[in-house]
Amino acid sequence: MKSLPLKLSGLEPLIITEDSNFINVGERTNVTGSKKFLNLIKNKDYETALDIALEQVRGGAQILDVNMDEGMLDSEKEMTNFLNLIASEPEIARIPIMIDSSKWDVILAGLKTLQGKGVVNSLSLKDGVEEFLRRAKIVRRMGAAVIAMAFDEQGQADTYERRIEICERSYNLLTEKIGFDPSDVILDPNIFPVATGIEEHRKNALSYFKAVKWIRQNLAGAHIIGGVSNVSFSFRGNNKVREAMHSAFLYHAIQHGMDMGIVNPTQLEVYDEIPKELLERVEDVLLDRRDDATERLLEIAYKYRGSKESKEKETQEWRNGTIEERLSFALVKGITEFIESDTEEARQKTGSPLQVIEGPLMDGMNVVGDLFGSGKMFLPQVVKSARVMKQAVAYLTPFLEEEKSKNVVKRERPKVLLATVKGDVHDIGKNIVGVVLACNNFEVIDLGVMVSAEKILDEAIKQKVDVIGLSGLITPSLDEMVGVAKEMKNQGLQLPLIIGGATTSKLHTAVKIDPNYDSSVIHILDASKAVTVCSNLLSENNRKFKKEIREEYDKLREDYSKKNASKKYLAFDAARKNETSIDWTSIAVKKPNKIGTTVIDNVSISTLRNFIDWSPFFKTWQLTGKYPAIFKDKVIGEHARDLFEDANTVLNEISTNNSLQAKGVIGLFPSERVGEHVIIYTNEDRDREQARFHFLRQQTEKRAGQPNSSLADYIAPKHKGIKDYLGLFAVTAGLGIEKLLEAHKGDDYKLIMIKALADRLAEAFAEYLHFKVRTEFWGYSENEALDNEAFINEKYVGIRPAPGYPACPDHTEKRIIFEVLNVEEKTGITLTESCAMYPASSVSGFYFSNPQSRYFRVGKIQKDQVKAYSKRKNQTTEETEKWLSSNLGYKTS
Amino acid sequence: MNIQQQLEKKILVLDGAMGTMIQRYNLREEDFRGEFFNESKIDLKGNNDLLSLTRPDVIQEIHEQYLKAGADIIETNSFSGTSIAQSDYSLDHIAYQLNKASAKIAKKAANKFTKQDPQKPRFVAGAIGPTNKTASLSPDVSNPGYRAITFDQLKDAYKEQVRGLIDGGVDVLLVETVFDTLNAKAALYAIQELADETEKRIPIMVSGTITDASGRTLSGQTVEAFLISLSHVPILSIGFNCALGAKQLYPYVKTLSEQSNRFVSAYPNAGLPNEFGEYDQGPEAMAKEVSSYVEGNLVNILGGCCGTTPDHIQAMAEIVDGVTPRLLNKAEAIQ
Repeated sequence: MKSLPLKLSGLEPLIITEDSNFINVGERTNVTGSKKFLNLIKNKDYETALDIALEQVRGGAQILDVNMDEGMLDSEKEMTNFLNLIASEPEIARIPIMIDSSKWDVILAGLKTLQGKGVVNSLSLKDGVEEFLRRAKIVRRMGAAVIAMAFDEQGQADTYERRIEICERSYNLLTEKIGFDPSDVILDPNIFPVATGIEEHRKNALSYFKAVKWIRQNLAGAHIIGGVSNVSFSFRGNNKVREAMHSAFLYHAIQHGMDMGIVNPTQLEVYDEIPKELLERVEDVLLDRRDDATERLLEIAYKYRGSKESKEKETQEWRNGTIEERLSFALVKGITEFIESDTEEARQKTGSPLQVIEGPLMDGMNVVGDLFGSGKMFLPQVVKSARVMKQAVAYLTPFLEEEKSKNVVKRERPKVLLATVKGDVHDIGKNIVGVVLACNNFEVIDLGVMVSAEKILDEAIKQKVDVIGLSGLITPSLDEMVGVAKEMKNQGLQLPLIIGGATTSKLHTAVKIDPNYDSSVIHILDASKAVTVCSNLLSENNRKFKKEIREEYDKLREDYSKKNASKKYLAFDAARKNETSIDWTSIAVKKPNKIGTTVIDNVSISTLRNFIDWSPFFKTWQLTGKYPAIFKDKVIGEHARDLFEDANTVLNEISTNNSLQAKGVIGLFPSERVGEHVIIYTNEDRDREQARFHFLRQQTEKRAGQPNSSLADYIAPKHKGIKDYLGLFAVTAGLGIEKLLEAHKGDDYKLIMIKALADRLAEAFAEYLHFKVRTEFWGYSENEALDNEAFINEKYVGIRPAPGYPACPDHTEKRIIFEVLNVEEKTGITLTESCAMYPASSVSGFYFSNPQSRYFRVGKIQKDQVKAYSKRKNQTTEETEKWLSSNLGYKTS
Repeated sequence: MNIQQQLEKKILVLDGAMGTMIQRYNLREEDFRGEFFNESKIDLKGNNDLLSLTRPDVIQEIHEQYLKAGADIIETNSFSGTSIAQSDYSLDHIAYQLNKASAKIAKKAANKFTKQDPQKPRFVAGAIGPTNKTASLSPDVSNPGYRAITFDQLKDAYKEQVRGLIDGGVDVLLVETVFDTLNAKAALYAIQELADETEKRIPIMVSGTITDASGRTLSGQTVEAFLISLSHVPILSIGFNCALGAKQLYPYVKTLSEQSNRFVSAYPNAGLPNEFGEYDQGPEAMAKEVSSYVEGNLVNILGGCCGTTPDHIQAMAEIVDGVTPRLLNKAEAIQ
């Protein structure tokens, strides 16, 4: 008779069918069976206790048995806590849990923590039928499978007859009275010790085997389990013999129909590898083949005592490999511990530092590159690998110099020049691309940030580079890239140009940059694409690749012009008439508690780190997913966790050493709206104008009922008699970053980490300060609670749009904010000619308190608005078109 | 005619978003307060469930718009109707009342339409949301063993909600937007416990949420694990809703459809949100995407979640009209 599939789940499914191999249940997380685990729980060392669970999973356990039955423990509490902790470790929580207790309350507590379908170990008829049924009903309703132990009112079954009688009775009650699916019933006919010297125990294993066979033939669909280590109880202290007994016992039990066993998967001898003599005597005992079986096993048992191999720590095993293997392993795993001595060994072996680099080290990096390319390694690991490589190369450098003086020629690697364009200071993405390219045998010449077209071209020619890569984050950089392309064409260059950075896009590259340059222009989305693109560009037959790119971009341009032609715009006047309708009679604008400017310089990094929105941080490292759910991702969860740990270590260093400082300035001013601009005043009567801000209005045709919004709409218009206010802010968390970066020079992983964290801290600061403004400085939302999750989801009243972002795309408005708040002097943030802020980890913008205010995208605008806007800003139309080039819905001459 | 019998005959259409429709009314704080909750120290605007008591006219009108658009099943306005979710507004004490009122309004609207056309019976599903707390995740990174809510607290709150919904006359219960399977298990436990006490059983629908392209629930389960974890309850239908648009949800609905022996439901969002968190996929575009569900014979119940409107529902009703529903009894099914 067949068993039916038993379907269990943790985070992933486990379906046990007839065809499944025998199912291992990990048993080391059991306080009754493991002294070590008991001590860990007693001492509340849950971290190490979790490591034991993880070891079981990695060792092959498919279900994890957890037992907290110990007199000194609050078993219920410990069960709940440990299962909760397991739930937060995706690698462990992947598999189903077996809740193991002889106490019903502990089982119930465990069940209440399981989102998956686990197994209850166990129920029995010990306390009578009624209690058995009551508990079974709850177990079923909680959605778990159940183990029924062969135990009844009279005691534990120890003969073949008693075993099958109780198992049959339990099975019938569970399936007929409670409605358990037979496949969810797991019977445990009791494994007892053999070779104890007691006559009655001789048949313990044999009658178990027979009972298993009977169950398989008579109780349809049920599964059979047993705690295997019981069988060898009398050989405690002799692991070799015990392991042999377990394997042999399992071998026979499985033959008879047992399909699940509670065993330590890391302590099982392979049946075929049990020494012949030992196996024969063990089987004599198990199968009760001879009267003197026990004596004969004891006779030889001493030979195996103490032969427990002292296994070397697995982590160190790689040290036994060849020097090439060791270097490759260190690179792939990112281990720096032995890299200098290994590099030295390789140098002595090959006799040449250059050969070490171009041989084993580069081979190792190629492995890294391949693994990354095929999605088997992730960015943070790659950057760590690069760190190992760098350390090895640094060690070899003096020898290289020496060799150079002896005129040994170095083979050339393809050269890629990278730069963040003029006016822009953002370089995290560019640095990542640099690291990844370097890992793939490219020589990277990184010119840094704010690099002019002139310098890029000079260096490209001087250093004979093969590819130029441009990067930038803010929108004016897009225009700057067009400028570089034009200049390259003027100078007759034929080098391929690659474009990357957050605001760049394939479409922009195709429409705006590509037409201005004769050779290949290619947009790369992220670092992982950089290698393929550069390799393709530099391969001997790159013609096909270049042609495909060209065709793709031609098509993009064509589609774009078609799509653009079909887009409908309103005349600016008509768009103005469809402004956001705000019922000013229903809004009571709160007068800020503190009008004027305030400097905030007393916020520590340790405060700000609590407000970090982590999801974008992972995105920077090309690990996509929402924090904290990302930790549970099957593929990248572990890497995200490692990265998160490293990030917190760096944050700890930063806060302890006070190596980054945050500083901000805010201002709240009486204001009024006139058309699309907002005037701020130095007095409440609103007759002494201080400055005016210029906003843009959406101009695409909207669905009925949808406004053509402008940020100005959120401020009460002049003559309405309503006293409204506008807030301004500028914050940075990057003060001191130069020194910090200098201190970690050469360690790309650290450098990228520091920059990415500084960015997050600046955003966190902006979010935190906005909260302070809402609840204190302005105080229009005084009862709001401090809640990071609500922040990230922007569940509060009011917005803080930033110039250069979709609702107000003109970066030059930052200049006005900087002037009004005296930002440079008060905080140390400066503006570049493209209006990027330095330090890069800075945020500036406006505060609107209007409850109807929300973020929107201005989108494409028309010439009539551009003209009106230029007039208001007192600048030429061309000037406006230059700054708003990505927002123009028409072709400029 | 009961819902089970209807499902054997045709694909049923579930209604669309309640919140999106409520937004259209531009209601103010005083609408939410009504006469009952004038004393509240907390802003009540945004507590949409409350409108069942303070602006029942609005809720009924929305139900009727969906019924007019062709919905066979409408959901009660009770997504956040547990005392746990309502405690955010210090209104935990009104949970029972709120659910009963929500059920009554929906039932009234449904009956009106059934009467008009008895050949197309309309059903009311009691909407049971996930609450705003998770039983198997810690909200505190530095304390992973901590839980903001326990199984028992959830079970008790759900039981109160279900009691209200049943007393108000719902035809079926819909445990929806399941982001944590343990929360759903508590809801299902509560439903069964109440059924034992009252000896009244009504069908249960369950709808989970796959949060992103990882293909897992927020609490980390794969589609198959989710299905197995709820296989102990005799539910009428299982499916997915929310978080993703029809296109992104497709592979998971497909897996579910292949692996489940229950009726299958799907009610995705109107596309993915744009940069401003708005759902802007129009009725036709969405109908085009869900038509692959119908063509692939994947579903028995089809509807919409965030951002969908009566226009979306009408477009779907047109697609499923006259189509043979997906059959049960798949040999390879998990459940």
